Amino acid sequence: MAPTPALFISFESLQIFFAGLIELIGFGESFKWLATLLAGISISFLIINVMVMATAFYTWFERRMIARFQVRRGPNRNGPFGMLQPFADVLKLIMKEDTIPDEADKPVFTLAPIALLAPTLMIMIVIPFGTFIDDQAFLSNLNIGILFIVGVTSVNSIAIFMAGWASRNKYAILGSMRGAAMLISYEIPMALGITSVLILSGSLAMTEIVSSQSVWFILVMPMGFFVFMAASTAEMSRTPFDQIEAESELGSGYNTEYSGIKFAVLFLAEFMAPLVTAAVVTTLFLGGSRGFDFLPGGIWFALKMFIIIFVLLWFRSTWPRLRIDQIMGFAWKTLFGLGLFNIFLVALEFSLADQFGGLASDKVSLTPKYMLIIGAINWIITIAIILIMANVVGRKKYTRPEPTPSPLANMGIKES
Amino acid sequence: MATIRTEPVTINLGPQHPSTHGVFRLRVTFDGEKIVDLEPVFGYLHRGTEKLAESRNYVQIVTLTDRMDYVASMSNNLAYVRTVEKLSDIKVPERAQYIRVISVELQRIASHLMATGFLLNDLGALATPLVYCFRERERILDLFEMLCGARITLSYMRPGGVFQDAPEEFWGSLNTLISDFPSYLDELESLITTNEIVLARTIGVGLLSDAQAIDSGVTGPMLRASSVKWDLRKANPYEIYDRVNFDVPIGSSGDTYDRYYVRLQEMRESIKIISQCIEQIEPGPVRTETPFFIRPPIGEAYSSVEGPKGELGFYMVSDGGISPYRFKVRAPSFINLTPLRDMITGWKMGDLIIILGSIDIVLGEVDR
Amino acid sequence: MYGLGLFKGLGVTMKNLVSPSRQFNIVQYPNRRASPFDLAKVDNQNPVSFIATHPLKTLRSLLGLETITDRMPQHANFRGEEFAWYDRRCTGCASCAKYCPLGIIKIVTGTSGVNQQEGQSYDIDVFDIDIGRCMFCGLCVEACPYDALHMGSGFEEGKYRRSDLVINIDQLKSAEKKPSTWFRPQLTSRGHDPIKGSTADWEEVGRHEKPSLEDQSERWAKR
Ligand code: SF4
Ligand code: SF4
Repeated sequence: MAPTPALFISFESLQIFFAGLIELIGFGESFKWLATLLAGISISFLIINVMVMATAFYTWFERRMIARFQVRRGPNRNGPFGMLQPFADVLKLIMKEDTIPDEADKPVFTLAPIALLAPTLMIMIVIPFGTFIDDQAFLSNLNIGILFIVGVTSVNSIAIFMAGWASRNKYAILGSMRGAAMLISYEIPMALGITSVLILSGSLAMTEIVSSQSVWFILVMPMGFFVFMAASTAEMSRTPFDQIEAESELGSGYNTEYSGIKFAVLFLAEFMAPLVTAAVVTTLFLGGSRGFDFLPGGIWFALKMFIIIFVLLWFRSTWPRLRIDQIMGFAWKTLFGLGLFNIFLVALEFSLADQFGGLASDKVSLTPKYMLIIGAINWIITIAIILIMANVVGRKKYTRPEPTPSPLANMGIKES
Repeated sequence: MATIRTEPVTINLGPQHPSTHGVFRLRVTFDGEKIVDLEPVFGYLHRGTEKLAESRNYVQIVTLTDRMDYVASMSNNLAYVRTVEKLSDIKVPERAQYIRVISVELQRIASHLMATGFLLNDLGALATPLVYCFRERERILDLFEMLCGARITLSYMRPGGVFQDAPEEFWGSLNTLISDFPSYLDELESLITTNEIVLARTIGVGLLSDAQAIDSGVTGPMLRASSVKWDLRKANPYEIYDRVNFDVPIGSSGDTYDRYYVRLQEMRESIKIISQCIEQIEPGPVRTETPFFIRPPIGEAYSSVEGPKGELGFYMVSDGGISPYRFKVRAPSFINLTPLRDMITGWKMGDLIIILGSIDIVLGEVDR
Repeated sequence: MYGLGLFKGLGVTMKNLVSPSRQFNIVQYPNRRASPFDLAKVDNQNPVSFIATHPLKTLRSLLGLETITDRMPQHANFRGEEFAWYDRRCTGCASCAKYCPLGIIKIVTGTSGVNQQEGQSYDIDVFDIDIGRCMFCGLCVEACPYDALHMGSGFEEGKYRRSDLVINIDQLKSAEKKPSTWFRPQLTSRGHDPIKGSTADWEEVGRHEKPSLEDQSERWAKR
């Protein structure tokens, strides 16, 4: 993986660039830290701007798409097809008064939006999103990339709890209590889903995970995909797990008291989450920027992200939400079990394949043929398990007796 | 080990809350997510309809009844004018009765669509089923616009009939509507009825047993969901309901799912009633000539109809003047709230919202 | 079979997303973005020649800068604002004022002179309708025995002050008369449709046939 240097943006390349620049100006070796600093600042600048713009576009897309699902029109007044609507929204929010409730814990109240936004942005650092020239561009090739993601996403729950707690609002507290409980519970299935990926890829680095997907992991282990997808939907609090906001129950949940620019930041973080999740899912399960040669990797990556986002929107516009105890039950009784079972299954299959000589040349992942065989078995098992579970549980819970008229009243009486 | 001291939290749900269906306030005491106590507070939309009616004449009151259950004004109109007719013994031409039944059944569909849509909205389905329901309701409102020039506050009926016959193009649109509607209901059902999330959320939630329902005076779809087969259209047929065939759908246990499902089935029955009415209706006058100011004889009358929410009754005392001496409304939404506390205590926050949604209250009617 | 209901639901939403026949009939108010085809339709041209002759307009409409207005498909029975009142028919009997549940029609009549339409009648000095409080129930129209008062057909009567919402006699007299056919079957049978823009003058709105000229000169002297 030797990328084309000219178009390859990463921390290292920027460091080299700035070091060269500093040398050109004439500063000595002692200013090397400056190069590191400048590279860091440029990377941050890049991520923040790209992500904010992408999120702005995404909010427009989401509103528009959901409106279409709901046979409405969606925003269509500002700019062509209403594309400038997000900017109008942001302008409105910036111009609004930034109120802080009297009773609020002011520092925490102010910090919470930042604490929510920062981790979401940080995840993007390790995503190998591919450029339009080369497949393997990333901002920083951490060799523990996926661990970094798991670690960083956990900060979300504390940020949401900060926001709810500091607001001194009962609705907000209720929302953030739910959030804390739910987000922490769903970390576990999420980690389990990731673990099964790691078994097949044999590496924690995101680039390695991508390069080991000669067959997309969604085809190899649908159950892992299901677990991870469900867990990350819950992590970003989307339907059917949108308990943190639950606008029909809690008004607006943890962000009830926020207004103005703080609300804008919360909103930004919240709408950035689907993008980030889609990027992670694409990397882990859909083969990242891998695709056919006629299009560059970046476009494949974007396309896959788009599909994931679309599916998430589709779910969001179709399904109602579960109740909080059902959500917790789903995490611990269903997803946890499925995740463990999936790890067991994949590990077993992996070692069996190893026995039969299915290891690829890099000695950590399997050859495509064996992956496909495993995939076929896993698909059958997954569908069978899910349907059997649904029917066993469903038959017990949802079978309705035939309605029989109550003996307490009869309709035979006929007055004049 | 030290125990953590916890205490219940009291939250004011409403009057400004997205899911209380109007300016309805619930003082709910939570123990964590669980509801331990609840006290409904209402009256925020009180407009004194009953008192206002005492200074209006009998035709003018029709406009007041529009504003009680504003998603089903046609039914209110019918209940009211039937009481006046009973009080002053006015005969209604047959065609008028058919038109009344058609419009009331259309209104029932519209109201049930709204109830279903908002129930799903309360379930958190991001308004998608709601908009689908509204799309169909809009077609019914278009029909009402043809019929009487307004969409919500209809004022269509008058003591002695309806004020004007339906225009020609009404019948064509009505026919297309009722031929489209069953397929639309099928679609709505496949979106909702078999959805496992809906099942998980609604089945067994907010149980109301038949004895409890009868004791609290609950009527309408809510009573029928508790498997009590009671429908005024069958039990005490008014207008021309004895000439049409329809079933009275009942639920099996009286939970939220049953209340939803009974409404859905009732819409199908309404379609049946309307298509039979279209077959049976014959040309003729639509209004008995009544004097400008109706002066009923001294006396009193109570008459009720099966509205979309339940038994909607009007009680009037006449002193022989041009306006009633006393005017009293039996508002089904209000009385259906009676078992609210029993239904909700013990359930969780999310259940509260959907139980309230499944009762289908309209605050205009609760507060009057 | 449990476990499939969720996917059935997804099917339904997808069907609604793609099928044009399931779309909500939305009228964008007050105007909507026009595609080149819409503009061509307004110009009564075929789209190809329109695009050829108006490249700038086409470009603007593709960027979403061109708008056209859409009208609600109302029915002629629609009870709109801006009452249509015919001073030549009105006798000043004040039935409408008496019948209005809110009492918002204010009529002041004078006895000076003789009004020759339907025999004796009053002169009307004040005829105010406070549509700010009106609920458009139409009872006043129903009450009018001389077919002088009709519901209007418009609905765009927004004003900045409540007091501006009071329609006085001069406005009523000078307004364009587009009476709704609500409670006026004679207008329907004469083919009047205010939504399509037809107006009606005082001779046409009555429930009786328009009197012949001799009749008029015989019974009613020129005003
Ligand atoms: S429409 Fe109704 S409220 Fe308005 S002026 Fe006429 S009678 Fe009064
Ligand atoms: S009822 Fe008719 S004729 Fe009498 S005052 Fe009113 S508008 Fe004039």
